[in-house]
Parts: sequence; structure tokens; C-alpha cells
Amino acid sequence: MSLNRRDIEHIARLARLALSEQEIPAYVAGLSRIMGLVGELDRADTSQVAPMAHPLPGQSQRLRADTVTESDQHQLFQRNAPQVEAGLYLVPRVIE
Amino acid sequence: MSDLHDMGVAELSAALQARRLSSVEVTQALLERVTRHQAHLNAFISISAEAALAEAARADVQLHAGAAGPLTGVPIAHKDIFCTRDQKTTCGSRMLANFISPYDATVVERLRAAGVVTLGKTNMDEFAMGSSNENSFFGPVRNPWDAARVPGGSSGGSAAAVAARLTPAATATDTGGSIRQPAALCGVTGLKPTYGRVSRFGMIAFASSLDQAGLITRSAEDAALLLAAMAGFDQRDSTSVELPVPDYSGALATPLKGLKIGVLKEFFDTGLDEQIEQHIRAALDLLRSQGAHIRDVSLPNLPLSVPTYYVVAPAECSSNLARFDGVRYGHRCENPRDLLDLYERSRGEGFGAEVKRRIMTGTYVLSAGYYDAFYLKAQRVRQLISNDFERAFREVDVLVGPTTPTTAFELGAKTADPVTMYLNDIYTIGANLAGLPAMSLPCGLSQGLPTAMQIIGPHFAEERLLNVAHRYQLETDWHRRVPPGYA
Repeated sequence: MSLNRRDIEHIARLARLALSEQEIPAYVAGLSRIMGLVGELDRADTSQVAPMAHPLPGQSQRLRADTVTESDQHQLFQRNAPQVEAGLYLVPRVIE
Repeated sequence: MSDLHDMGVAELSAALQARRLSSVEVTQALLERVTRHQAHLNAFISISAEAALAEAARADVQLHAGAAGPLTGVPIAHKDIFCTRDQKTTCGSRMLANFISPYDATVVERLRAAGVVTLGKTNMDEFAMGSSNENSFFGPVRNPWDAARVPGGSSGGSAAAVAARLTPAATATDTGGSIRQPAALCGVTGLKPTYGRVSRFGMIAFASSLDQAGLITRSAEDAALLLAAMAGFDQRDSTSVELPVPDYSGALATPLKGLKIGVLKEFFDTGLDEQIEQHIRAALDLLRSQGAHIRDVSLPNLPLSVPTYYVVAPAECSSNLARFDGVRYGHRCENPRDLLDLYERSRGEGFGAEVKRRIMTGTYVLSAGYYDAFYLKAQRVRQLISNDFERAFREVDVLVGPTTPTTAFELGAKTADPVTMYLNDIYTIGANLAGLPAMSLPCGLSQGLPTAMQIIGPHFAEERLLNVAHRYQLETDWHRRVPPGYA
């Protein structure tokens, strides 16, 4: 299966990834190769099988009680933030 | 007593308990060795000398007071995917080059509570995506057996460090072979437990339905000791399984008489190095001489493991890595024009080429119009592969085959084409897709490079795997071989 430059630009936009002009040809080739490999899945007859939902048979998602367990640690967490002011994360202006 | 750096976890534990060695003494000697070999091996991303010595001193107090457990004072290293408080956790990425986690991963917390000393954080492929450790932002790791060759990946730093006797053991993670493949290429023992056996909390996510924490050690005996401390239910991991942790060490010596071993036919069909095949056949003969029954087993859908994985893993990766937005933590680009520009350039600059390739592959297979054809199709084939394993384990106790198709390859040899690189994991991916425990054990040397066999078991059969591995290691010394120059 073959993807072209426009496909890659579209996927990169969906994935929120800025790619340079020089990077694009390698992704065109790489993703085309990967999707070629993925094409081998067509060999399998899957008409009688449901998609796997959990790696362990019979397990379902455990739910926790709907109670507050976390304390406010925003100062600790914001130590890793690129830009913070008055306890808020700073981003470029969204509404002009 | 052997050289201090050549001692494994069990041996060090005994020497520490008997007060023949102090933890400070061991930690100092290993830190010196880690530092000395850092420039050429690049096995570590960070070395925490000061903290390690303080932990060792505390361990010595406990040992002196007779209040120590079997792991008290034993130094290990953590793969830099496990979050550690007050010490950087980079995941091998520029994105997290300066990230300091506000909490410890459960694995780190439990091993800390058991008294281990942390020497530092080991190098890895960025976000655990790779089979050669060439995708690390911090540069490739070299294979101690031959510096021109890769150590495997993604836990390449952990495997190289254990092989070069820089640390007796290291934690690692395995999504498609990232423990077993580097263990195989570096001649050390690798254990990937059952999905859900060890908590994933604080382990930076790549593909959440496949990721599992495990170990790289010198022996099965050492892996048993460490797994007992790491495993068990954790409320903070929603797929952690609520099952008691068995006495792994106690089961090691069980005789193999009557054990039913299945030889994975599909793994020997194509592309396997002849020497590796010979070594595995010899290992099977040895197990047979110990009373095991050996028969061929066929898993017809197993050859579809690699294409299945390269839909499921990238799909989960694209979702998991969406959290890196340049706002709350991680790399942020300079002078963003607007919010979209901030997201796109922060991510474009912060992620390396392989990570971006996988994010895009995942985005593509999950996108409108392709989801059924690719993602659901892959999850159906995944179920077929899982069913094949389940059928096989009705007939046999464990499955044996190779871990890798070849021995360690040269740096740069497989970087041009992603699919060539992906095929390194052809024998390891099946266990991840089905959530099964598996081990890799050294079983020979071919032209000076380690060869390895893999043992796969049914869910939660770690005890049995460690037992088979230990019995094999009692009769052989491949796991004791030291790379030239590191004795």
C-alpha cells in the first residue's frame, strides 16, 4: 500500500506534528512500507472472530469507587511546566 | 568469593546478610565501574552517585540491626522509563530531557521499600520504540560483546549494563520484545512477566495493552528474587491483576521430570540463523535429559504477529503520546504563533524520527474510514494468535524457541528501512499480543556473540518459567560468560 506526500501532510496535521520539508519523503517511504507489511493481515480469515478487547481472557475493566482520592498538588506538578503564572499554565492567546 | 562486580543479586544478598560486604562498599565499587565505562558504552542516561551512597549507608544500618530483607543494600539500575522522584526521567526523549516526576513508579517504590540501592537510570530507545537503542536522544548504547554492534532495544542500556557487570540487575519493560531481545543480544537473562502481573503505574506508557515491566538479570535465580518484590496488585493500575504473588525462589529447583515442552514450529521455519537453531536444539536435548518431554507445536497464525503489532502498538502510542502538548510539561518550542503552532512545533521538535513515524502510523490506522480495515482487523487477528497459544497450552506446559533471528547486528545496519528493523522482534511479539510471560536465556556463543532461547508460558506461569530457566542454568554456564574486557 502506497501513501503520498499529501497523505503524510494530512496525517501529520491530525497528529499535531510539524514536519520539515526534508523529513517528509522519509515518512512517505516509511509509512508506505509499514502499511505494506500491515496488508499481510488480509491473509487471515477473521469472519468468525471478535476483536480482542483485553490481553487476559475473561478480565473486564475494574472500576474504582467514585470518591476523591487526590489532594491538590498543582504547585508540585507545575514545577515541570514550561510557563506558569499565578498558578496558571500560560499558552499563546487563543481568542483575539 | 568472586569479584564484587561479577556477583549476582543472590550472591550479593548472601554476602551482605553475612556482613562479608557492606552495601556502601558494593555501591562504591559499582558506581566507579558505571562511571568508567560510561563514555564508551553509554549504558546510562543518569548516574545518581550521591543518592545511591546515601541509600547504601541506610541499608548498612538496617543490615547491622538485623532488620534487613533479602534485597536490602543490593544495587540495581532502573530503565529511564520508570518515574523517579527527585531524579530525571527522560524516557530517552528530548521531550522529557528535563522532566522530574512528582512521584515514584510502583516498581521503583516497591524496590525502594525492599531496600535496593539505585545506581542510576539506564539508556533506552526513545519512548521504548526501537530494537537497537539507536533511537535514544542521548545517543546509542554499545554492545559490550562488540562495540561496533547494537545491544538491542528498547531496554538496551539495562541489558548492556548487566552484561558489562556494571550492575547485577536492572529493571526493563517489554511491549514487543524490549526486555527479551536486548537480553538475547547481550547474553543476559530477561524476564517479561504476564500482562497485569507488575504494576504499570509510573511507567511511561507506550502501548498500554502490551506494556509490561520486568527484569534483566544474570540468572533466573536473581530474577525470582526481584520479581517477588516488584509483582502484585496495585490499585493505581487499572489492569493490575488481583492475584497472590507466589514464592518464585522456592519453586526454582523443582525437577523437570514430566515437563511437557512444545517446540514452536513456525519459529524454525524461515530466517533463523543456523547456529542459533543448533544451540536451541542442544538446549532442548539437555532439558530432555532432565526428564522433559519434547514435541513440535504449530501456531498457524503466529507469523502474522508483526503486522498485527504494527497496527495495535502505533494506535495505542498515538493516543498515549497525545498528552505531550508543550503546555503542562515537556519540551516547548520557542515563540509559538498560536496554540496550534505551539502543539505542532513542540511535538515536532520534542519527538525523534521513529516516535513520529509510529504516532503517524497510529493516527492513520485509527482515522475515519480506516479504523475497521486496520485497527479492528488487527484486533481480530490478535484474538486468533491468542487462541493459538491457548490451544497449545492445553497440550504443553511451556513453549520453546529462539528469541531473535540473528545475533547482535552492527550499528546503522538496519536504520534505513523501518520494516527491516521491526522484523527483529518476529519471535517476541506473540507473547505481548497474548499477554503471556516469557523469558530469554543465553544458550551459546556464535563468533563471539551471545545466542539465546526463549521460553513462553501460559498466563501467570512465571514460577514455571523461572524453574525451567534455573534448571537449565544449573547445568550450563552461558549466563556466566563475561564479555571480553569486562571480567
